[in-house]
Amino acid sequence: MLQGWVIVVTSFAYLGLLFAIAYFADKRADAGRSVIANPYIYSLSLAVYATAWTFYGSVGRAAGDGVGFLPIYIGPTLMIALWWVVMRKVLRISKENRITSLADFVASRYGKSALLGGVVTVIAVIGIVPYISLQLKAVSNSFTIVLRYPEIIMPATVGEVPILQDTALWVALILALFTILFGTRHLYSAEHHEGMVAAIAFESLVKLLAFLAVGVFVTFGIYDGFGDVFARAAADPKLSPLLAPLEGVAGGYASWVWLTVLSMLAIMFLPRQFQVTVIENTSERHLNKAIWLFPLYMLAINVFVLPIAFGGRLHFPGGTVDADTFVLTIPMAEKQELLALLVFIGGLSAATGMVIVETIALSTMACNDLVMPVLLRMRGLRLNERPDLTGLLLGIRRGAILLILLLGYLYFRLAGEAYALVSIGLISFAAVAQFAPAVLGGIFWKGATRRGALCGLLAGFAVWFYTLLLPALARSGWLPIGLLEHGPFGVALLKPLQLFGLAGLDQITHAMLWSMIANVGAYVLASLLDTQGAQEHRQASLFVDVFTRAGEGAGARFWRGTASAADLHSLLARFLGAGAADETFRSYARAKGLAWPGEPLPADAEFVHHVETQLAGAIGAASARIMVASAVKEEALTLEEVRKILDEASQVVMYSHRLEQKSRELEAASAELRAANERLKELDRLKDDFLSTVTHELRTPLTSIRAFSEILNQDPRIELAQRRKFLAIITKETERLTRIINQVLDLAKIEAGRAEWSETPVDLRDLIGDTVSAMSQVFEEKNIRVEVRLPDRVPPVRADLDRIIQVLLNLLSNAVKFCDQVHGLIEVSLAEDDGSLRVDVRDNGPGISARDQQVIFDKFVQAGDALTNKPQGSGLGLYISRHIVEHHGGRLWVQSRPGEGACFSFTLPVMEAECATES
Amino acid sequence: MSDSEAKGQRMIALCMLGCVLFNFPVLALFNVAGTFFGVPVLYAYIFVAWALLIALMAWVAEKRE
Repeated sequence: MLQGWVIVVTSFAYLGLLFAIAYFADKRADAGRSVIANPYIYSLSLAVYATAWTFYGSVGRAAGDGVGFLPIYIGPTLMIALWWVVMRKVLRISKENRITSLADFVASRYGKSALLGGVVTVIAVIGIVPYISLQLKAVSNSFTIVLRYPEIIMPATVGEVPILQDTALWVALILALFTILFGTRHLYSAEHHEGMVAAIAFESLVKLLAFLAVGVFVTFGIYDGFGDVFARAAADPKLSPLLAPLEGVAGGYASWVWLTVLSMLAIMFLPRQFQVTVIENTSERHLNKAIWLFPLYMLAINVFVLPIAFGGRLHFPGGTVDADTFVLTIPMAEKQELLALLVFIGGLSAATGMVIVETIALSTMACNDLVMPVLLRMRGLRLNERPDLTGLLLGIRRGAILLILLLGYLYFRLAGEAYALVSIGLISFAAVAQFAPAVLGGIFWKGATRRGALCGLLAGFAVWFYTLLLPALARSGWLPIGLLEHGPFGVALLKPLQLFGLAGLDQITHAMLWSMIANVGAYVLASLLDTQGAQEHRQASLFVDVFTRAGEGAGARFWRGTASAADLHSLLARFLGAGAADETFRSYARAKGLAWPGEPLPADAEFVHHVETQLAGAIGAASARIMVASAVKEEALTLEEVRKILDEASQVVMYSHRLEQKSRELEAASAELRAANERLKELDRLKDDFLSTVTHELRTPLTSIRAFSEILNQDPRIELAQRRKFLAIITKETERLTRIINQVLDLAKIEAGRAEWSETPVDLRDLIGDTVSAMSQVFEEKNIRVEVRLPDRVPPVRADLDRIIQVLLNLLSNAVKFCDQVHGLIEVSLAEDDGSLRVDVRDNGPGISARDQQVIFDKFVQAGDALTNKPQGSGLGLYISRHIVEHHGGRLWVQSRPGEGACFSFTLPVMEAECATES
Repeated sequence: MSDSEAKGQRMIALCMLGCVLFNFPVLALFNVAGTFFGVPVLYAYIFVAWALLIALMAWVAEKRE
């Protein structure tokens, strides 16, 4: 059934299916239900890493040197472990700057340099062309082989074919057409190619299934499991050395290590990997799945490589069959037509996936970073005056795709047969590895300069060209082979394969070593000797500090100039089309709360930056820079100014931190001040009250003294008895005056802390007894009964005797004042409890309301209605008493209910035992 | 330390682990004659270590703090 037409029809049916998937995905994306916004699709699309080189070439290399092919897949696994640190940063930078390709990334980092973008593009195209030719070779070889079924004939033996009958040419043309249909339907390259990614993910599944099918067939169909294959290989004298292979291979461990490093870099910097990993990424969170799913994919597709390789070597012992074709030729030799067809389709999917993504990535680079900057600078073309450039842009991209594929074909015709698949692929790996210093340095080292990157890239590329590409061309017969054997002009030290006499390494290790030394050395040295321009400095800062700087608007701070919204609109319309330009304006206006076109947009720095970023999404940073610069009038910022802005930004952050702290401190301080102020106001009010009360208290006795004195003075005829009575009143009022003044002085001393205390051991029993008997006269006058209850013996307290008497007198005279007018009763008791002595003075008066209990201990407050029933006294007594008791470490309080009398109590702490004995 | 910083550091540690596992001299320890379930020791070692590394990466990547 493997007739030519079946194969051709199946191939086209497969391509048609891919197209249908892409169409479906695009439709879904337009409807807002993206298929590729999914971590599994994302991980599968990354597997575009596995090309026809993996599909056919791994087996070829394994058949030659055992595990030597594995670093190409282990390296990426190691690199992907670093993705959480490295790739997340690249993703964030690319999103914020709307990066369209690897060249755009490098150009943008180093001051939007069009020159640098161009250099990266040229290196990428030259480096990748051999890789593309490899895919063409794989597809055309597999087609040629499967077409001869059931015979197994190697394409190399078919001989030279006329160019029009060469399947590789047709493959190249069909793939070009296919890629053009796929990749250049939309212009906006910073947007995602939804359809393409969906198709690539599908292709990754197909090639994995096809390869696993062959693997299972060979391992378990032809042989009896892994053990059987390896046992038979071990028995074969030609194969047994491969089973402990690292000693046998040139370079040994060095080669292994360098291959690992090389593929670590390739997984980051192959243009197609950058495309699917960065440009087509829809969410940083997809990395979580991709970080382990993609390595798992690589593990799965490699499990059967060794069994197939050994199986092939055992199956075709004569060496007549190229090991690169074992995957296809084993099923053919076993007459498994369907499996052979599946393998052919698997190989086709591996090759087409790679070619589609790679050429789209390269054509974007070529258009945005090579052709457009040149065209835009050529004033003669009057591009600035053309109203719509979208057609031109698409045309350039389509042309670039065709050109790149034809270059691949050319390389295939020129050099293709001289190398096995793996070696061609490694040449490309080594080329893209040259981007590593510029990109990795660019995102972590702020000091790296444009000239540094340029020097590094050129030096690395030159060494790569000399040590890898030149020998490839020489071996294919396009350069004299003597160049390799004796060096240029017979200078042995410059032999491309043993540069400066370094021998004993395999070609890739040798080339990587020298090119990396040249690249990194030139990059670092030139950067250190160079100084950055203003634009470079700001871009470096935006890239390196992407996680710490505030998102989108950050770039706008660096722009100063004047622009008109109309100019910006026509600029966008030229490159994106009028519809997209309108949409850009509308969405920006919406975000600003304006209704464009009704309200005009302010053409300020932020807006100009926004337009430039949008434009960069279509034509790359460098071209966008040129276009925006031509459309608006800008003032160039000097390096000093950019530095100042950057420093200001970081200082602002610092200041705002400090400011926050200060304001917190200030708040606390002002709260304290408010509280203090309240206290002061209260004290002030108290002082006023005090003065007015004292004045009032002093005036009452003074008034009566003056009144009686005047009567006595003016009327000499007053009787003696009357006269005596008046004099007695005057004397009493004078005593009252003296008492009040004494109390005020006391108060002043106590409050100022200047009172003198002479503390001695005091027996409260004696004190109470003496005081009560001293007042017995008063009690009798008022007809008050006094009951004193004292325990037999109490410990002494240490106190100022006179002051405590003062307290007790105060309490007793209060009790006299307030107790029942007719059957007055005062109880005084002393008790010892819990380390202190307690004195209670109880009366049977009207009692004190709860409200009054709160305030009677304050200055000048007296219980009762002040207007109608003013009791005698200054209102200072309780206040002073409480101070005295508290000074002695005791408490003074009252318990009372209205109508039930009041009980004032105070406590004094008992003296410590030793003090008591001392005294 | 934020989650993503912690994750980054664990990932870097895994990369270093991988560099040790797939390099001289650890590799040389397994570069010997003999088989492991019929598979040459070196081949078996590489695939088992590789699978182990991927499993650890999956664990770190998917772990929710």
